[in-house]
Amino acid sequence: MMRRGEIEGLLRDAAPQALAVLARRCGDFADAEDAIQEAMLEASSQWPARGVPESPVGWLVHVASRRLTDRLRGDSARRRREQLAADQQQQPALGADEISARDDSLALIFMCCHPALTSASAIALTLRAVGGLSTAEIAAAFLVPEATMAQRISRAKQTIKAAGATFAMPVGEEREQRLRPVLRVLYLIFNEGYLSSRGEQLGRPDLAAEAIRLTRALRAALPNDPEVSGLLALMLLNEARRLARTGTGGSLISLADQDRSLWDRELIEEGVELIASCWGRGAIGEYQLQAAIAAAHDQSAGYAETDWREILALYGLLERLSKSPMVGLNRAIAAAMVDGPEAGLALLEPLADSLADHHRLHATRAHLLELAGDQPAAIEEFERAARGTNSLPEQRYLQTQAARLRAARHEDL
Amino acid sequence: MKFMLLQDYGGVENESVGPMSTWTPEEIEAHIAYQVELNAELAERGELVDAQGLTAPEQAKFVVHDGSGAPVITDGPFPEGKELLAGYRIVDVDSLERALEIAARGSAAPGPGGEAIRQRIEVREVMGIPGGDA
Repeated sequence: MMRRGEIEGLLRDAAPQALAVLARRCGDFADAEDAIQEAMLEASSQWPARGVPESPVGWLVHVASRRLTDRLRGDSARRRREQLAADQQQQPALGADEISARDDSLALIFMCCHPALTSASAIALTLRAVGGLSTAEIAAAFLVPEATMAQRISRAKQTIKAAGATFAMPVGEEREQRLRPVLRVLYLIFNEGYLSSRGEQLGRPDLAAEAIRLTRALRAALPNDPEVSGLLALMLLNEARRLARTGTGGSLISLADQDRSLWDRELIEEGVELIASCWGRGAIGEYQLQAAIAAAHDQSAGYAETDWREILALYGLLERLSKSPMVGLNRAIAAAMVDGPEAGLALLEPLADSLADHHRLHATRAHLLELAGDQPAAIEEFERAARGTNSLPEQRYLQTQAARLRAARHEDL
Repeated sequence: MKFMLLQDYGGVENESVGPMSTWTPEEIEAHIAYQVELNAELAERGELVDAQGLTAPEQAKFVVHDGSGAPVITDGPFPEGKELLAGYRIVDVDSLERALEIAARGSAAPGPGGEAIRQRIEVREVMGIPGGDA
């Protein structure tokens, strides 16, 4: 008999495939998703005792179809019910192509990252419908009550329905446009896992690992899209540094001070190979550039030995593509490493308007002022940055930097 | 983004509103119904994380400890009781604008005569993951 964990893993793989088949058959994604959830509940209570069916996907589709038919009661729904029954008679069993159809898995993720949804809704829906996570797990990941997350997912499905979305694979230019929010949602899921250092918690899924898993699946379906590969490479190259980027109690350790022996060589190797293989095959996009920058860092023996010239050039390219002024901050740091802190500080000047009082601007300026030897101004900027941040580990890091500089000044006096 | 919306006992800016002990039972009921309805709406939208009211300032205690010996515990009533927290909501929303909108709804809760009490709401973002990278 299979253990519960194995069955859960099997269900997580099978459920998105079954959902894609059912959504295409019945044409209503929201109804199909509800029915698959019910079938999953049934599977987790039946399979441990009765054994796993030969085709888990087929079983889920069958049970969910029955649930769907049960639900479509009443005169107004009769026509739909009859249509569904007729469809099922035509398709009594699943064809092999139907289960493995990669277009289905793509159509599913495009649906969950529909442009009508907010990021938070798209993230929740993607994790459940494509990732196969339970509502409780997603709620735990984002530290909200399960009922709240259930409502968010339910509303997301209604929003998609109201937007008139159909379960079909977008083609041509539309596919290009629809791919952008998909990549962004996956990137946000990764960051939520990578950047939050809330520590291990029972029942809390590892969102970084989940984002990597989903991006791998997306890449399997779109192997020739360089931005999909670029995003996967970026995730792997960041994930490789995860152990080194936080110290005891979740304190942040800057790239300059990280113990590079803790970096995961296997992930770095895979990420570097990936970015090398997609680089230059098609248009260069933001994810490829960010991955190339991460690869340059990951391959350096130390902070001082880093190829800052290459990184500066890459940030120059990225700045032209990206609308985010944050890129300019990183470029200023790279410029400081190549041409000295004054050059970096000069690059910050024009950013003061667009970034106004943003804490990242102050943190970057603090760092460059320290390099330039202006400790009093650096202390003031670190403190301003600490007051502006919305992240606790970042605030502690910035306060510690200010305190470190103050202590050094006292020793000098 | 999570925000905490806080209200303290003295934050009622409508000067014609007296303490709740002077309201009619219907007015108190209407006030509570308004809060319950707002919470239900937030829950339905998938935005509510938590909403709690706190016991009266008279029941508050202050604790100070230097790490050794007995902690110093001060009982109420406190002259600054009006500055103490009366209740809070924690919401998980897409923007600061939405948090402010919810706060405004909370502020306009009805008092005597169904008039908005204009409760002052303090809106504070809860620390999350570092944002603004993408």
